[in-house]
Amino acid sequence: MNGLALVFYGGILLLIAVGIWGILSRRNLIKVIMAITIIATGVNLLLVSVGYISGRAAPIVGGDTGIDASSTTGSVVDPIPQALVLTAIVIGLATTALALVAAVGYYRKTGSLELKSWSYGLTNEKEVKK
Amino acid sequence: MMERTTFHRSLPAIALALLFAATLFVAFVEVDFGEPRIEEELPVNYQPGEEIDTENITTPGLRYLANSSEETGSANLVTAVVVNYRGFDTLGEVTILFLAATGVGALLSFIKDDDEKKKKKILPPSLILNKGARLVLPLIILFGVYVFLHGHLSPGGGFQGGVIIASGMLLFYIAEPTKGASHKVISIIESTAGLAFIGLGIVGLMTASKIFLANDFAGDWGEVGMLVSAGLLPLIYIAIGFKVGSEMTGLVEKMRGDGS
Repeated sequence: MNGLALVFYGGILLLIAVGIWGILSRRNLIKVIMAITIIATGVNLLLVSVGYISGRAAPIVGGDTGIDASSTTGSVVDPIPQALVLTAIVIGLATTALALVAAVGYYRKTGSLELKSWSYGLTNEKEVKK
Repeated sequence: MMERTTFHRSLPAIALALLFAATLFVAFVEVDFGEPRIEEELPVNYQPGEEIDTENITTPGLRYLANSSEETGSANLVTAVVVNYRGFDTLGEVTILFLAATGVGALLSFIKDDDEKKKKKILPPSLILNKGARLVLPLIILFGVYVFLHGHLSPGGGFQGGVIIASGMLLFYIAEPTKGASHKVISIIESTAGLAFIGLGIVGLMTASKIFLANDFAGDWGEVGMLVSAGLLPLIYIAIGFKVGSEMTGLVEKMRGDGS
């Protein structure tokens, strides 16, 4: 494992660890959602860096790129992880929007964004409001 | 004192997160970084530019790299994968986005609180924001249209262009808190674009290959690198651009609330 790999994989996994720590230790719902998006970003970066091939260009041919359409094999990186990440970003956006609306609902019910207990709904609503 | 208790409580969380990262790291030590692992099936003495027999290739990435310019006419190979080879997945992705936007609207209408309906005073935006947004908004929308129109030639595409347009609309909503695009217009654009995507798929069903979302016009209308080179791909990306742009604008509008 070379230095660049250490920077990429190590940094990305630390980013994911920061996200997990945020989910486990923060009580503010907005911060929990932010931690989830940090994990999503880390996973996207991980996918792209697994598809990276050193010294290769982006998978675009013709024009100013200098890559001929007939000689793409051997000169560009794998396009599939990038296409997968494009999908993952869009889905991540959709889930984040839904989670934020759920947070709005929690705020309107309890008057606060702080998670006082994970068993909300099982306990008395007025007790949570306190 | 508050900080100390919080830190004390988050120590197990830090330990758990680092344990998780360390486990994954041990796994990723085995994954070679920057190695050309899609090209294991290439002939031993392969030279770049050489013709290869794609019949026996099973690695999808290599197959797409070798064939996509002829099969799709798209200069951007990521677009070729997203819209041509995995167009059906992209249709599903657009559906998920639509479901999320609908879910946001439904949830917001469920949790509407009567107390919240009281009119709140909205601070007027500053003069610089108000006038600057008017100046910048047309340029942002033009850039978004450029990005989704050239999705098969340069980095970008329908999703990116649509989100750029929606970010311009977000700026407009911040600059003009009392104004907004009509819900009706947004949903008409959204449904028309979605139906256009499916209609372009049915065009593939009617042309030579008789497969849903097939791109039989690839290369018929121009060389690789021209605006019209990729057959139906630019048209599909235009539909996606309009759909994502209107959907995200609707999402921002719904989350903003009544505004008045």
